[in-house]
Amino acid sequence: MDHIQSLEAYSIFILREAKSRLGRLGLLWSIGKDSTVLLWLAKKAFFGHCPFPFIHVDTGYKIPEMISYRDKVVKELGLELIVHQNKEALADGMGPDKGRLVCCQALKTGALNDMTRTYGFDGLIVGVRRDEEGSRSKERVFSERNQSDEWDYTNQPPELWGQFKTDFPKGHHIRVHPLLQWNEIDIWRYIEAENIPVIDLYFTKNGRRFRSLGCAPCTGRIKSEASNVSEIIEELKNTNTGERDGRAQDQADPYAMQKLRKDGYM
Amino acid sequence: MTNKAQYMTPEVKVRERLKLVFTGHVDHGKSTVIGRLLYDTNSLNRGIIDKVKKISAETGQPFEFAFLLDAFEEEQKQGITIDTTQLQFKTEKRDYVIIDAPGHKEFLKNMISGAADAEAAFLVIDAARGLEEQSRRHAHMLALLGLNQIGVIVNKMDLVQYDRMTYEKIVAEISQFLANLGLETSVCLPLSALSGQNIVEPSPELAWSNGPTLIEALDSLAKGTEDDLSFRLPLQDVYKFDDRRILVGRIEAGSIKIGDRVALSPGRKVTTVTKLAAWLARDEKTRAHAGESVGLMVSDEFFNRRGEVVSSAEKPPLVSQRFKASIFWMGRSPLIPGHHYKLKLATSETEAWVSEIIHLIDSATLDALPPTNNRVGFNEVALVEMNLSKPIALDLFSSHKATGRFVLISSFDVVGGGIITWAEDTGDVKYGFIHGQLKARCEVFEEYYYNADEMAVNKIAQEKPLYTIGDLVPLTGQSYVYPEFFDIVIFRDLVAVKIRAGQVADILPLSDYAFQGWPLVNGRGFGVMVRSQDDWLRAKADLATLTSENQTARVQRWLDFNTYRHIPIGVHDYSI
Repeated sequence: MDHIQSLEAYSIFILREAKSRLGRLGLLWSIGKDSTVLLWLAKKAFFGHCPFPFIHVDTGYKIPEMISYRDKVVKELGLELIVHQNKEALADGMGPDKGRLVCCQALKTGALNDMTRTYGFDGLIVGVRRDEEGSRSKERVFSERNQSDEWDYTNQPPELWGQFKTDFPKGHHIRVHPLLQWNEIDIWRYIEAENIPVIDLYFTKNGRRFRSLGCAPCTGRIKSEASNVSEIIEELKNTNTGERDGRAQDQADPYAMQKLRKDGYM
Repeated sequence: MTNKAQYMTPEVKVRERLKLVFTGHVDHGKSTVIGRLLYDTNSLNRGIIDKVKKISAETGQPFEFAFLLDAFEEEQKQGITIDTTQLQFKTEKRDYVIIDAPGHKEFLKNMISGAADAEAAFLVIDAARGLEEQSRRHAHMLALLGLNQIGVIVNKMDLVQYDRMTYEKIVAEISQFLANLGLETSVCLPLSALSGQNIVEPSPELAWSNGPTLIEALDSLAKGTEDDLSFRLPLQDVYKFDDRRILVGRIEAGSIKIGDRVALSPGRKVTTVTKLAAWLARDEKTRAHAGESVGLMVSDEFFNRRGEVVSSAEKPPLVSQRFKASIFWMGRSPLIPGHHYKLKLATSETEAWVSEIIHLIDSATLDALPPTNNRVGFNEVALVEMNLSKPIALDLFSSHKATGRFVLISSFDVVGGGIITWAEDTGDVKYGFIHGQLKARCEVFEEYYYNADEMAVNKIAQEKPLYTIGDLVPLTGQSYVYPEFFDIVIFRDLVAVKIRAGQVADILPLSDYAFQGWPLVNGRGFGVMVRSQDDWLRAKADLATLTSENQTARVQRWLDFNTYRHIPIGVHDYSI
């Protein structure tokens, strides 16, 4: 096995553990490359079936192409999709002009936490990776959130030998992270090897492309000539900028992600 | 001619990836060594470096390499690593996942989380301070976690003026300690992470070491494989999404191919692999190896459940309810003998308790010590005897790692981990009742039917649960009906069981049992015809001493098949 095959095998193991050990499960699908790989891995883990719904936390500010692509894929694959929004905050005019972290807190964290409670999820499968940023690098594969969706990052449980956190009080839930071990280039190599369709926002248009997808006002495009997956891989081999450098919320505070994620942000 | 090249996979060269953990005493500089390694090899993206520079500028502190890993605000403010991190970097030879593990003893559980994931380890020792408490404790943990490739880094050589004697003294001391743990030191080297000596380039100050740079030391480690061992696949689940019935799990050792005879333990049922299932036809294969997550289809349909271990039919795992293990305790409350924990071994979950703390092991000296107050405390290591509520499939850690180790759970939390050093193999004996040390076989709820084809009475094969006090039992089956209140006397295991309101109310030694007038059945569900304590004592004397000469008369005198049982006609094989 090469390391991409090892990553695939371990992710499938994690998905099957989640299915077996957690009650009500959902998969957070952000339309981006990582959660699209997650969708593919779920198909592999469950032999073409998908025994849980997909969830899209829609801030209302997403890049419009993401929404049309989402609806197309859902139709093609016959996925069960839950779309959730913090309608109240949107009605009150919430947006990045109120402060980027405040906005993320309301439209992403708030909507996500509200959705978790509404549907009574015991487990949410999320495509975060250790190499994205510092607080994610410290994550566990099965990461507990308490009844207020908070992450007690200073007291994480031991996680060893593939024995994950499957015992927790009622009302808590587990964030399952099957892609924690992957890095950005692994994702693209896997997309290439498996020929997985991805949204074309990742490919260059007028000399720029998105490296990470998010909300339109807070996500910038990078200079790039990469027009297909293998060109993206070549580009990543030679870059030393961060994947999330184009994500404005990360730059708002040195510990922005730690602070957001403590309260339940993905 | 068509242009073939464009259809070829651009990069077919498969690179190896090794997971490495850096351990050692707090403040000996693990995070700095790693931070420096990543910085000097240009493995970090500008975003992270800029972030640390920004923090340094804001706080007026010098650039801190450790902050490249210690991402949490609390870690940076306190200057210590709280939780483990994983980062990736590469050399010419291969890719690495570098795991930073905290050295402070408060965070030993985080160190264990990091180290348990690694294939090889480096122990980082401060040249000026030498071996300290956590240096030895971490070495001990690495041995318990089964890591057998250990490198030694003597860091902060600048603080001892790059003195060779200091280095050699530390290396001799740690090598001896590792040898006492049964570990060989794979590689040793001196360096200074702060001043960047001997990380990427050989250091003129350390020329006397003639040794490798850190990069060369990493590349000298070998990658192990579990592929040559006998086959083990702990069952995760059984899927029936469509007309296929697929047993899923990850191969922990060995390999499997279509046509192999496999055993499913603890039941040790044998069957044949007919297919390795996959979603996409291109992923279907005839053979699979250690590390792969697979779906097996087999020729026989047994009742299978998570926790069973699929193995080669010739070399199955042990089946045991009692074993000895070296355990490390991470719980805030101590381990107490007799206290019940949930034991998770591979994919099985079983109720477990320690019957004896054999001795504690001093992590600094490795001496065996008597336990204090018969407890195992936070961060202590001990040799214990474990008991399980039912037999499970397991291995000795020395033969198969993944099925030879376990964790213990107490009220939602992992409180301990252990490796199995000895196990009593109870094989196929399956008990039906258990309470403490008392165990008894149980055929009370078996179903019999008349096979009209063969003109014989047959028993229906079924999975038998294990009952303990408080469990409900099935009072009514297809071939039996028991009253809600009755007693079971099991002569071959010398155990009595009291059923009250359909629940197991007590399990006791037969010698302590007194007849109180409740209906009585034996271990097979036949009525025992006694009406008084005197009758019972006579029946017990007769039935406990059966011989081939006396058994027919005694069985006919005391036992009656028809009281609670009857024999329905089996429909499966009936033909007119």
